[in-house]
Amino acid sequence: MKTFASLFSLHSLAQIVVAWEGASGLEFLGYFGGVFEPIAFMLLIGGTIGGLILGATPGLSPTMAVALLIPFTFQLTPTQGLILLGAAYTSTVAGGAVSAILLKIPGAPANIATALDGNAMAVKGEGARALHLSFLSSGIGGVIGVLLLIFLTPVLAKWALAFGPSHLFWIAILGVTVIGSLDSKSFVKGLLSGCIGLWLSTIGYDDIQGAERFIFFDALEGGIHIIPALIGLFAIPQVMEMLAKGRNQTLIEQIDVPPHAFSDSAREIGKSGKALTIGTVIGSIVGLIPGVGGQIAGLVAYDQSRKMSKTPEKFGTGHAEGVIAAESANNAMVGPSLVPLLTLSIPGSPTAAVLLGGLLIHGIFPGSDIFTKHPEVVWTFINSMLLGQILMVVFGIATAAYAAKIARAPVPIMAAGVTVLAVFGAYSVQQSMGDVHIMFALGVGMYVLQKFGFSAAPLVLGLILGPLAGDYFVNGSMIAAAQDGPWVYFFTGALNIVLIMLVLASVAYSFWSNMLQGRSAPEQLKSEAAE
Amino acid sequence: MTSSRAQHVVPAGVVLALAILVAWLSFTQEPADSFLFPRIISVFFVALAIWNFARAALGMAKVGGGIDMGTAGRIFPGLIIMSVTVFWAAKALGFYVACTLAFFLIFSLYDPAPHSQLGSWLRRIVVTVAFMAVIYALFAMLLQVQTPRGIFL
Repeated sequence: MKTFASLFSLHSLAQIVVAWEGASGLEFLGYFGGVFEPIAFMLLIGGTIGGLILGATPGLSPTMAVALLIPFTFQLTPTQGLILLGAAYTSTVAGGAVSAILLKIPGAPANIATALDGNAMAVKGEGARALHLSFLSSGIGGVIGVLLLIFLTPVLAKWALAFGPSHLFWIAILGVTVIGSLDSKSFVKGLLSGCIGLWLSTIGYDDIQGAERFIFFDALEGGIHIIPALIGLFAIPQVMEMLAKGRNQTLIEQIDVPPHAFSDSAREIGKSGKALTIGTVIGSIVGLIPGVGGQIAGLVAYDQSRKMSKTPEKFGTGHAEGVIAAESANNAMVGPSLVPLLTLSIPGSPTAAVLLGGLLIHGIFPGSDIFTKHPEVVWTFINSMLLGQILMVVFGIATAAYAAKIARAPVPIMAAGVTVLAVFGAYSVQQSMGDVHIMFALGVGMYVLQKFGFSAAPLVLGLILGPLAGDYFVNGSMIAAAQDGPWVYFFTGALNIVLIMLVLASVAYSFWSNMLQGRSAPEQLKSEAAE
Repeated sequence: MTSSRAQHVVPAGVVLALAILVAWLSFTQEPADSFLFPRIISVFFVALAIWNFARAALGMAKVGGGIDMGTAGRIFPGLIIMSVTVFWAAKALGFYVACTLAFFLIFSLYDPAPHSQLGSWLRRIVVTVAFMAVIYALFAMLLQVQTPRGIFL
């Protein structure tokens, strides 16, 4: 009782009230000017158009696109770099709808639900209408998602001020277990991937004592740099997937897209408030849950929209509500997925995990003080995402037809191009061949592991959160040594207990859902075989 | 033992061996303070790896279809090109020359267009030169990345 009383003490309540007052100050409006600086604005436009094209290209996931872009941000200021990455993150998710609608190949996992009705509309000669509805609903969902990011993040950040090293250690562990258990088909393999990532993060010289840890060859002396690792883990397995198709690749026919009046599409969106609301609400909630990602958001929103529709039988036959619900959900997820990232270092999606790497290499450490230490960087970045949603709608509708043509680029060119980009990207970080070797070795290893059910996202999160968890652990151990010992410091206190329970709950939930999946697997296999 | 089970046992065994190696190094290396965090990780790493190996050995590992011989055979030539580029050619021949060759070879090997037509070879050369020109403009001129120079550029 004492524990819970201290957790919900008046002091905590007062902190939350103060946080709300800060949030209601609309501080973000003061940093809009930074977005309109010439270089920043050009990067926003370039990132949006580039992201739309990359998103529309099947085989190039948003996560890989953002990972490959990170080396290009080294020459930029942190604000400019983050604007580029944020624009790419936003528009790759929306761009994936182009190939989902016109080619029936989702550009990203987040667009799987869009392909169900979007392609059926395109086949019926309503491709332009489907694209308009897709980008408009993405834009509306995205704006609401970023507004949630704007108003929720400062509140959570000020609440996070109460966290000490032991709490931050448990939060880092929670990040790995949540994404490890949710973003993986196998519970054990998801957590194992997280463990491998945590171990990889300890390679190199120890910061405090300078001791060598796991340096098996010279290239590992400096440890494993996040960026070559990200490039290797996300780009090389996709290249190998492309190579696995061999020479027998048929070029997909693109459907003709007759013109459709944009004003009609805008009116239709206005009348589709129900699907739009379902998609936006579900996308926002899913985005706030660490590790779940856009794929779940789109599919859950599509399913709920169908259940609540007056005409559920039309879903799957080219029904506009299906496209609107799925697309508003997967873009509404983007903003909220950054709330736990910016405040607690827990990314809401695999792409947000890569974005965390981008923040760290620019010296920006997410946490309670991010809005006091780097207000101009963070607010300009968030504002650029808000403006990016509008640009994404404008450029998305204008370039959709061209993006679809690029999306049909032959797979061998994409495989060769991504290989060369990965080599250059990994090398340019520290101008080191060792980084290229590490990138390639991790990539090939990840491809093999993926083929046996392991997942890259928890491994990456372990790699990114490992150093933070390690530092908090060492700092906490020092405090514990001066106080009542590590057991009392790490395992007692209301917040520690709540966080440990959350770690255990995420593991238990994942174990339970895996058991359920395991029981239903034979039925699922039967239906797959029948198909 | 079925082929599927054998396919899962091998990687599970490799992961278990890695986990044991990490644990052994963590608990035997000095100074102990530097290995405190790796020790905690390695305990969970070994426990999960044993669980994963047991599931694979008992035929309970269902996730992941493994790599069949056909897939391995299709990947192999590309993997050899990438390996030679990364571990030898980039430094020996020069970064740009090695990457140009890698791009051209991967594109040519996996291009469905017939290898007997002159037109398709010309197309491959043009695409390779155009792509590498963009890469040179981006990395050498814009980002000013100093790449290793081997015999060539």
